[in-house]
Amino acid sequence: MNRIFSRSECLTDTPTHFCPGCTHGIAHRLVAEAIEELGVADRAIGIPGVGCCVFLYYYIPIDTLEAPHGRAPAVATGMKRAQPDKIIFNYQGDGDMAAIGTSEIIHAANRGENITVIYVNNSVYGMTGGQMAPTTLLGQQTTTSPYGRNFETEGYPIRMAEMLATLEGVAYSARVSLHRPKNVMQAKKAIVKAFEMQINKMGFTMVEILSTCNTNWRVSPTEALDVIENEMIPYFPLGVFKERTGKDFL
Amino acid sequence: MTVKKLTKGNIALAEGAIQAGCRFYFGYPITPQNDIPEYLAKHLPEVGGTFIPAESEIASINMVLGAGASGERAMTSSSGPGISLMQEGLSYLAGSEIPGLVVNIMRCGPGLGGIAPTQGDYTQAVHGGGHGDYRNIVLAPASVQEMFDLTIKAFELADRYRMVSIILADAMVGQFQEPCRLTPEKPIVMPDKPWALRGRQGRNPQLLKSLYLGPGEQEAHNLDLQKKYAEVQKNEVLCEEKFLDDAEIMIVAFGTPSRIAKTAIRMAREQGIRVGLLRPITLFPFPSEQVRAHSARIGKVLVVEMNTGQMLYDVKIAAHKDAAISFYGRPGGGIPFPNEVLAEIRKALE
Amino acid sequence: MYYDIIMTGFGGQGIQTISLILALAAMKKDLEVTYLPSYGVEKRGGRTNVYVTIADQEIGSPISNTPSALLALDLIGLEFYQDMLEKGSLLVANTSLIPEDRIRVKEGVSVLKVRINDQAVAMGNPRLANMITLGCFIGALPVLAYADLEAVIGEVIPERLRETIPDNLRAITRGIEIVKETR
Repeated sequence: MNRIFSRSECLTDTPTHFCPGCTHGIAHRLVAEAIEELGVADRAIGIPGVGCCVFLYYYIPIDTLEAPHGRAPAVATGMKRAQPDKIIFNYQGDGDMAAIGTSEIIHAANRGENITVIYVNNSVYGMTGGQMAPTTLLGQQTTTSPYGRNFETEGYPIRMAEMLATLEGVAYSARVSLHRPKNVMQAKKAIVKAFEMQINKMGFTMVEILSTCNTNWRVSPTEALDVIENEMIPYFPLGVFKERTGKDFL
Repeated sequence: MTVKKLTKGNIALAEGAIQAGCRFYFGYPITPQNDIPEYLAKHLPEVGGTFIPAESEIASINMVLGAGASGERAMTSSSGPGISLMQEGLSYLAGSEIPGLVVNIMRCGPGLGGIAPTQGDYTQAVHGGGHGDYRNIVLAPASVQEMFDLTIKAFELADRYRMVSIILADAMVGQFQEPCRLTPEKPIVMPDKPWALRGRQGRNPQLLKSLYLGPGEQEAHNLDLQKKYAEVQKNEVLCEEKFLDDAEIMIVAFGTPSRIAKTAIRMAREQGIRVGLLRPITLFPFPSEQVRAHSARIGKVLVVEMNTGQMLYDVKIAAHKDAAISFYGRPGGGIPFPNEVLAEIRKALE
Repeated sequence: MYYDIIMTGFGGQGIQTISLILALAAMKKDLEVTYLPSYGVEKRGGRTNVYVTIADQEIGSPISNTPSALLALDLIGLEFYQDMLEKGSLLVANTSLIPEDRIRVKEGVSVLKVRINDQAVAMGNPRLANMITLGCFIGALPVLAYADLEAVIGEVIPERLRETIPDNLRAITRGIEIVKETR
């Protein structure tokens, strides 16, 4: 019999702690597959942020270092400078990167640190129970924006992929989604691309992944997929915002 | 004969770091420690090292975490406001047992404070700062030579115990100059670090973390840490004991006040007052046993600090129950002059 | 021996240079030395206050408020430090910039008044004032000998000013002579 699909060698046979319906597990799988396909598992080191992504080490059996909330890009900087031959990646959520860690992500990107950042944006603080994040959509109700996010008092949702694309040190910045099979395939391509560019020492690479949080959005898993399609993507458009083609920077 | 060079304290420390095999420095500018990053920005590249002018002290300490987890000797340096920002990172380094060196050339606070010498950060360095039940190894140089030697020692201890070492120096020790031997007392040995994260090749995947959510896991982790701290307390106490044999009163002081005390002691002894000095070189581990033994015998203790009495508490806890303990401190950049200390000695003896 | 010395004046008077010569010369003689050039806030506003301690025994405090000697090159420095001088200590006062009636030290302090800037002009170069001061100091308080300073001056004077060394040495000698003439 021809086997056409199997679990990646870089993904452990462990049920995830993610809520049923959450697409976070898919993001893990795509990262695991990319690492396996590029043959870098023995020299890859993962640095998860704080939040739902913190248990990365349960699922992807590679060397892993825990970072304080938002600081993963600084931790990755120290590690990559110490071991430039290793494949170093951050795995951060929106509460981690787009709020408490904005300083660290911007400066790591601006220095052009040769690392890859997987950024999972589900528009809320997931693990702490669905509080408002800088990425929360206008009008979106959360436990700390019970009347819906209001731009007059909470400002607008922050677009990290576009923002980082303005920095010279960034080699690749893209936004993908996991809500339809086609999008999952595109997400995989973007993740592989980002890791490849790191292998080729092209500079800082970032993939923003729109992901569901049906539990905190208080919708069913299938409705959550439609929320991405109908509410998130209109504000967070998918696409590649920057892709450096050569090693020459300026 | 060993060649000595007239050297500034901060420069001796920076050169000591290079000679200790530190190849990674991350830092953000703040007075009065800028000589350290400036020296390392120039000289680390000469030995293949990396210098990153980080965007903040928060980033600096986390870069130390990343390089330290890679098994490299890494450091940062700062002063009060910057050290406060690093406390989060220090707690994570302690929790994940990643070694590193943090230098605090103290300036006075609270707040932006001032740049004059002080010892106002003793409690922060020795008893806390960050969250959780953890300790840092804290070394307190009092001479330019110690700025060099203790920096090397700090890296050795950090690696041996997988802890953060803090060099806690006041701005006087950082800024003044003395003849200094700028070569290590003994050859530098880089220990193996099988726990370091270098990719799983040839072994099982490894993990460095401080999050333990399973039942009892966090308590067990804490108890393991405490066991390690007890080892440090047992094995690594360093202190200078001077003129204590015939002393009728013992001064306890570290850093610049210990130097000032030495002058006061010379003045006192010229007048027939027999004063001795106990100078803690390690603040954690604190020389509690030495304080206890000497205070039991001598009976009178004068603690001198450039703060309002922080080490004083450790002395009180350690001292013999019958010892009479007095205190003289100058906070906020005030420097206790030798004749003032002498006056306090007289007062304590009345 | 145990000498703690304070030198005070304003930036540009060459105090850093002569204090460094003194510190290096002491070190070369295997004496103990601590050297604290202008520090901290005092550095702002152009003040220069330097502490040098030279001893044949372990040095405690690198600063002092009972110095063995004060070299005051201007009035502000004199007024800030002169009350610290105790019986048996030395004041070298630059009376080119300090009115004599402002010198009010305790009894038993040995005072050497020298119009240092005028002396330097008389030597043909006003910038030699610092070296004359250094000469006056070792002439009045034999902490170190002329030969000790001569041995290290080349380490302190920058390469581009090498040709000034003979003049600087002459100025130190002149300072020593002034002390002899005064006494």
